[in-house]
Amino acid sequence: MKTILLNVSVSLALTMSPFALLAENAATNTPPAAAAPAKAEPNLEQRVADLEAYVSNGSRGSDAENAKVSSKLDGAPGPGHNAWQMTSAALVLFMTLPGLALFYGGLVRRKNVLSVLAQCLLITGLVTILWWICGYSLVFHNGGAMYGSLGFKFLEGVDSKPNGDYSYWVSQNVYAMYQLMFAIITPALIIGAIAERMKFAAIFLFMTLWMFVVYFPQAHMIWGIDGFMNGVWNPKAGIRAIDFAGGTVVHMTSGWSALILCLILGKRLGFGKENMAPHNMVICMIGTGMLWVGWYGFNAGSAVAADVIAANAFTTTTLATAVASFVWPMAEWIVRGKPSILGFCSGAVAGLVVITPACGFVNSTGAVIIGIAAGLVPWFFCYKVKAWFGYDDALDTFGVHAIGGTIGAFLTGVLADPAVNANLQLSTADPKNPATQNGLANIVANHMLWVEQLKAIGVTLVLACVGTAIIAYIVKAVVGLRPSEEVETAGLDLTEHGEEGYHTGAGQS
Amino acid sequence: MDGEGSVRTSETANPKRQMKKIEAIIKPFKLEEVKDALGQIGIEGMTVSEVKGFGRQKGHTEIYRGSEYTVDFLPKIKIEVVLGDDQLDNAVATIIKAAKTGKIGDGKVFVSTVEEAVRIRTEEKGKAAV
Repeated sequence: MKTILLNVSVSLALTMSPFALLAENAATNTPPAAAAPAKAEPNLEQRVADLEAYVSNGSRGSDAENAKVSSKLDGAPGPGHNAWQMTSAALVLFMTLPGLALFYGGLVRRKNVLSVLAQCLLITGLVTILWWICGYSLVFHNGGAMYGSLGFKFLEGVDSKPNGDYSYWVSQNVYAMYQLMFAIITPALIIGAIAERMKFAAIFLFMTLWMFVVYFPQAHMIWGIDGFMNGVWNPKAGIRAIDFAGGTVVHMTSGWSALILCLILGKRLGFGKENMAPHNMVICMIGTGMLWVGWYGFNAGSAVAADVIAANAFTTTTLATAVASFVWPMAEWIVRGKPSILGFCSGAVAGLVVITPACGFVNSTGAVIIGIAAGLVPWFFCYKVKAWFGYDDALDTFGVHAIGGTIGAFLTGVLADPAVNANLQLSTADPKNPATQNGLANIVANHMLWVEQLKAIGVTLVLACVGTAIIAYIVKAVVGLRPSEEVETAGLDLTEHGEEGYHTGAGQS
Repeated sequence: MDGEGSVRTSETANPKRQMKKIEAIIKPFKLEEVKDALGQIGIEGMTVSEVKGFGRQKGHTEIYRGSEYTVDFLPKIKIEVVLGDDQLDNAVATIIKAAKTGKIGDGKVFVSTVEEAVRIRTEEKGKAAV
C-alpha cells in the first residue's frame, strides 16, 4: 500500500553535492518521462525531495496529476522497496510450496498425501497462466467497480516501471508477481475442506472457474484502484471497507467457498466410522512453521514498500500469531486435558489468518486482542460447531479461514488505529487522500468502521457462497465431483497420480 | 505345558533336536532390557518385530481438533527366540523379569515346539543351528 506523503519542497542548505551526485547516477539508468506535455526539469531541491520521497515511500514531484515538473526518477523503481517486494513474493510462494502443501499433506491419510501436493502444484501452474492471460488485468487494471479491464492482458505494459496506482517505488512486474502468489494460495486453501475425495479433473475445472467468478472480482473490489469496496484508495468507493492483506479477499473467499463445496461434495467414505487421523503430524508442523515465516511476506509485504506501515504489519503479525498459537492449545489443555501439536499449529495459522486484514491498521494492543480471539473462536468452531452440524470440512478450512477471515475483517473495523496508518487519517492539505474524499477517515474517527466492514463481509460471503454453489454444480454436471468408491478407498495417490508417498515393508526397495 | 508328552517322545527319538520357540509380546520400551538380559544368560540371537494388538489393556483415544478416534490396537514388540530345551526355563524367567512393570499391558510369553532348524550358511541342523 503506497503511503501518500505530500511532497513538500524542502529547503535544503548547502551540503547538497553528495545528493546531487547520487541523483545524477540514478538518472543515467532512467528512461525519459512518459508522454505528457513537456514538464520542467527538476531543480536540485526537487531532486533531493524525490530522493527523500523514495526513503519515506512518498510520491515524486512528478507523480501528482497536474505536476509541472519531471523527475530524474520517473519510471525508476526504488531498489530497497523493490528488494523487499521480491523477497515478499518469494515468501508468499513459499507459503504454498511447500508450506501449505506440507501442512495439509501431514493431516491427510498416507494414501492421499501426494494428492494434496499435486493439487497445490497444479494450482500454482494453472493460476500463473490465468494471471498472465488476463487475471492480473482483471484485478489491477482500472475498469469497473467489480472487474478491472483487459488493458494488462498477457501482462502487456507491465514492466519494471512502478504503477503509481499501487506503488510509487515497486516495479509493476514485481507487484504483479507478488499479487500472483496471493491468487495462488487462495484457491489452494480450499483444498483443505475437500481433501481425500475430489477428482483431480474436477479440481482443475472448479479452480479455473472459481478464479474468474470469485477471486478476480473480489480482489478487484477490495484492492483494485477503482474497486467498489476499496476504502483506502478509491475516492468513490461504494463500501468504504479496509482489508490490508486479504482477510476477505483470501480467507473469507476460500473459507466460505470451502464450506459450500464440501457440503455439495459430501463426506468422505467412512467419515465418522473409520480412523481418519493425520498420517504425519511432523510434516504438518514443518508446514506450519513455513506458513508463519512466509506470512511475513504476505502481511508486511502488503505495504508494497519497506516503509513504516510494513514495520507495523510485521510487528502485529508476530504478536497476534504468537498469542493465538499459545491460546488455542491452552484452551485444549483446560477443556480436553492435553495440549496437542495440532492445537499449537492450528492456533498459529488462525492467528495469522485473523491478523491478515488488520495487520497494517491496528497497533500492538489491537494485535494481542486479535490473537486471543483467533485462539478461541476458530477453536470453538473446529471443536464444537463442526460436530454439531456434522459437515466434513476435512482439514478445517472453514473453521480456520472462513471464521478467522470473517472475525478478522470485523475486528479490523473495531480496532483500526489511524495513528499507525496515515492512509486512514483526514488530510488537511491538498490533494486530499482518498479516505478523506470518500469519508473513510471520518468513519474511522467516529469508530463506525465496523459497519462498513460488515457490509464488505456480507458482499464477500454472498459472492463466495453463491459463486461456489453454481460452479460446483456445473463441474458436477460436466466431469463429476467424486471419484469411484474403489478409487477413494484405495487412495488418490495411486489411482489419480500413479505414485505412492511412502514405500515401506517387504518387497519395496 | 500343552503337549508335553508328545514333545518328550520326539526328544527321545532325536535328542539333538529338542528345540523350543519363545514368542514374547512386550511393551516397546522394555525391548532393550529384555535383549540385554537374554544376552547375559547366553542367548545369542533373536528376531524382533513391531506389532500391534490388544488384550485386557485395550486401546487409547486420539483427538485431532474436533475429531476423536479410538485406537484399538496398541504398539507392542514381539521377540522370537528359538533355543534348546535346556535353556527354556531360564530364558522365560529372564524375559518375564526384565519385561515386567506390574501394570496392565505388560504382554505375554508363548512357548511352542520347533520341529527343525537349519543354519543356511553351513547347513547345520537342530540345536547346533539355533
